[in-house]
Amino acid sequence: MSAPTIGAPTPSALDAPRASTPRAKRHRRQIMREGRRSTLLTVLLWACAAYFLLPLLWLLIASTKSNADLFSSFGFWFGKDFNLFTNIAQVFTFKDGVYLRWVLNTVVYAGVSAFGASLLATMAGYGFAKYRFPGARAIFSVVLGSIMIPLTALAIPTYLLFSSAGLTNTPFAVIIPSLVSPFGVYLMRVYAAESVPDSLIEAARMDGAGEMRIFWQVALRQLGPGVVTVFLFSLVATWNNYFLPLIMLNTSDLYPLTVGLAQWQATAAAGSGSQALFSTVITGSLVSIIPLVIAFLFLQRYWQSGLGTGAVKG
Amino acid sequence: MAVLAASASAPPNSRSRRPPRQRSTQSTRRQTRAAYLLITPFLVVFVAMLIVPLFYSGYLSLFATQLIGGQEFVGLSNYVQALTDPSFLGGLGRVGLFLLIQVPIMLVLALFFALALDSSRVRGSKAARLAIFVPYAVPGVVATLMWGYLYGNDFGPIAQTFRALGIDAPNLLANDTILGSMMNIVTWEFVGYNMIIMYAALRTIPTELFDAAEVDGASEWRVAWSIKIPAIRPAIMLTVIFSIIGSFQLFNEPNLLYRLAPNVIGNDFTPNQYAYTVAFVNQDVPYAAAIAFLLGLVIMIVSYVVQLSTQRKENLS
Repeated sequence: MSAPTIGAPTPSALDAPRASTPRAKRHRRQIMREGRRSTLLTVLLWACAAYFLLPLLWLLIASTKSNADLFSSFGFWFGKDFNLFTNIAQVFTFKDGVYLRWVLNTVVYAGVSAFGASLLATMAGYGFAKYRFPGARAIFSVVLGSIMIPLTALAIPTYLLFSSAGLTNTPFAVIIPSLVSPFGVYLMRVYAAESVPDSLIEAARMDGAGEMRIFWQVALRQLGPGVVTVFLFSLVATWNNYFLPLIMLNTSDLYPLTVGLAQWQATAAAGSGSQALFSTVITGSLVSIIPLVIAFLFLQRYWQSGLGTGAVKG
Repeated sequence: MAVLAASASAPPNSRSRRPPRQRSTQSTRRQTRAAYLLITPFLVVFVAMLIVPLFYSGYLSLFATQLIGGQEFVGLSNYVQALTDPSFLGGLGRVGLFLLIQVPIMLVLALFFALALDSSRVRGSKAARLAIFVPYAVPGVVATLMWGYLYGNDFGPIAQTFRALGIDAPNLLANDTILGSMMNIVTWEFVGYNMIIMYAALRTIPTELFDAAEVDGASEWRVAWSIKIPAIRPAIMLTVIFSIIGSFQLFNEPNLLYRLAPNVIGNDFTPNQYAYTVAFVNQDVPYAAAIAFLLGLVIMIVSYVVQLSTQRKENLS
């Protein structure tokens, strides 16, 4: 696996405080520039933004319709009846309320995986950034090169290994593989190099703090935005994962939302008698995306700055 | 949380005092131990979930499943078979085409949005940024379901609009349109993600770099082309590599569209989908492992070539 690394960060990653001064200057410049808005660019960009929003708007409107209205009314306007709450009730009661189970499964799988993945990535990233030890370069290259391994190359043998250990069709089969985030390690390495000054670590050592205490009590505070970034992106990766749970699980009660919704959709498309399912699938889809959208909106300050550091040195 | 960084200056005495030599070797040893302690938890899971399955997969690919049961060592014959398998090669061709058309469109759009937002000439740029990014938070499964309905003839608004205008609606889920429809879904999902990576990189360019150029009367386009884009080259490279990997690994979209239009798309539309079918429908795990291995090899070669060629350009200029 002597794959080319995606430009492993060099020691130049240590000229850290660069970002803070220009940002203040930028702010000043931005105020200066307020008068230089371009109408053409504004219109153009918002027209493009509409392309990204329209499908979601359609989903929202379609969720308010009964099955009959779906077929008889125009997609971007409301139907005769306002059925949103009926549809939501239907989503949560259909097949003995299995949807709620899927929601809980998804929350558990994604939450545990993201917590574990960001913890492991933060420790490892900090270790790579702040210590010199034999083998560091080689190990880091292997970790980074692993980003290129295709999903199936791992999923199939992992399935077989889990199967012989009796772990398929359990939550562990989805959670354990999701704990590995090589890109998270990369991001945390860059972030730790930039945001934890060596002088701070030295000072803590002078005060007699052990290395582990320095990590948990001193460094971790500096790493906040980076940790949130890795957490959010692992959360999305597991929340949205379809392939892994699809092959690992075969009990409906263990499904996450993605696999469950795909199954409902297949039922809706296949059966002529089950036409009534379309509005359920659509409303279920809408409900399933709300938590992540909210998470991104509320935490944007953190993940944007965290991603920024990773991208610059990428 | 950004405020915390400011309070992180060390006490003044730590600078001047040098620890005696003996203590330094002792503390070096302690630090090495700490480093291993920090990276070991990750490495354990990494080895168990990535390295071991990878080698197991390589090992499996050298066998063939016997009809009677059991497996026989066949060397590289699975690989030879895959290299002449029209399903595998066809899928590879389709994702190759996908890569050549969709990835440039997606990344140019992302770069354009990032530059436009960074130029601070757009009103409501913060809201626009979120609007473009929000599809990333939508699971690929939901995005595909949603676009599948939007494309569909039953109650899709695209077909409805065409019908209202009295024109025959194009079938967006037909043989010659499905790849384009899929490209549109993936573009919709990932433009925002790539835009954010580029935008974040743009925000960290020191303004001195282009203030002078602007004073000299260089246009925004000129500044973008000559200063900003070269400055964020590493970030762009990151998005290119991720997009290459993503294209070759397409699975969710074809897998779900297969259910919407099974006669059009087949279960070997992409190599990943084909490997899934071979492993879990045909139960031929060794052959699926060989396909997945070859796919990984192709990804590595393409990523490597792309990186080399851009590095050469950098050296020349």
